[in-house]
Amino acid sequence: MKNLLLIAYLDVKESLRSKWFYVYSVVFGGLMALFFITGVSDSVVMGFTGLSRTLLIFIQVTIIILPIFILITTVKSISGDRESNVLEYMLSFPVSLKDYYWGKMLGRFSTVFLPVFLALILGVVFGMLKGGVLPWKMIFLYSALLFSLSFVFLGLAFFLSTILKSTDIALGASFVVWIVLLAFIDIALMGLMLQNRVSDDVVITLAMLNPIEVFRIGAISLFDPELTVIGPVAYYLLDTLGSTWLIVYAFVYPIVIGLLLSYIGYIAFRKKDLL
Amino acid sequence: MLAIAKDVTKSFMGTKVLDNVNLTINQGDRIAMMGPNGAGKTTIVRALLGFYHIDSGEIRVNGADPIKDRVEVLKYISFIPQLPPPVKLSIGELLSFVEKSSAISREKIFLESERMDLDLKNQLNKPFFKLSGGMKQKLLIAIALSKKSNLLIFDEPTANLDPKGREKFYELLTEIDPSCSTLFITHRLDEIEGLVNRQIYMDLGKVVEDEKI
Repeated sequence: MKNLLLIAYLDVKESLRSKWFYVYSVVFGGLMALFFITGVSDSVVMGFTGLSRTLLIFIQVTIIILPIFILITTVKSISGDRESNVLEYMLSFPVSLKDYYWGKMLGRFSTVFLPVFLALILGVVFGMLKGGVLPWKMIFLYSALLFSLSFVFLGLAFFLSTILKSTDIALGASFVVWIVLLAFIDIALMGLMLQNRVSDDVVITLAMLNPIEVFRIGAISLFDPELTVIGPVAYYLLDTLGSTWLIVYAFVYPIVIGLLLSYIGYIAFRKKDLL
Repeated sequence: MLAIAKDVTKSFMGTKVLDNVNLTINQGDRIAMMGPNGAGKTTIVRALLGFYHIDSGEIRVNGADPIKDRVEVLKYISFIPQLPPPVKLSIGELLSFVEKSSAISREKIFLESERMDLDLKNQLNKPFFKLSGGMKQKLLIAIALSKKSNLLIFDEPTANLDPKGREKFYELLTEIDPSCSTLFITHRLDEIEGLVNRQIYMDLGKVVEDEKI
């Protein structure tokens, strides 16, 4: 445990010095500031205005940027260290593979989750300054969903980073996974439905398996409990699960998948050659 | 017996890199391991350090399996890689890692660094990778010598050192506890001739020569 926390701490310190961390923080913090500066929060679109309008846009941005940011910055953590021989040196010290792997994951999770979470808080503070009411429940649930989305992609990144030995291949695989998941939140799902070649159940299942879609539905349902702003799949899920279970599913499912992927990554890390 | 590799075989993508290698390292052995590129020298060292899962055979270091008991095995091994890795940690952070994971005192590392003409105290916030090649290597040597090990493994340790640095390094090696074993992977036997008492020659994944000097 001592070494696990040490590895996590050192990973955080290393990340805080990296350029990617600054870009990542500036993108999320800057976007939130931009929403307010440009008056996005004052506009009214489909009944949303103020803080809820800002957070709704933040969700859309998060859906696109957060997964790829996490994948790109994290997928290199183990495969990159392996290629540059950093892993060879660091693991020549008496540190268990368990401590190293989970410590790295803990450290990296802190650095990918905190900027997004702080951007959310920044948005809430801006909203409050403009005279809004503090929506505690919504902020709590939204933070939980962000946590869950960050976790699943971190798990995926560690899985790819361990399974694939080359950084280039791991990066390529990340892009493919991201594009496919993104395509299946709307375009591909709608295409499948329109073509009527697959049953509706398949389309619903695909939507429920896609962590980005699950996050999107869960997060938007916080603002629009009837889910009138997104498509029929989301509406069907809401109708089948009910609003509470929909949120529970949107939180738990990505965590489970993230845990599963990171655990498979850990097993591969232990069972395969380290270098 | 400190370490033993018995009938060890390892292949990468169908190519046998270690072919029934048998190797014993006894207490006090000072070994120069030589051989052409691709002979399997680094692979056998990495297998001893628990980085590779061997296809067949058996490896024991201090009686333990380097894969199953890696923490126990690595407690007593110091390793210096051929090229200093581009570790992004600052020197202070790297020293914290070494101190806490291996119970080495920072003062001891400072002491060994000074003996290598490396001033660490004023550079603790500097990222390790920003040091010059020679300074990095000196720091790795200082760390390795500070650790209380019974086996020191050096993979071409002087590749980045200037002649003065090499001289210092060899001087420090003469002061190592005689019961501690050393394994040098090298192409230049003449440089370490006075420091070794055994030479092993590897080729095509086999130990082809193993003799006392």
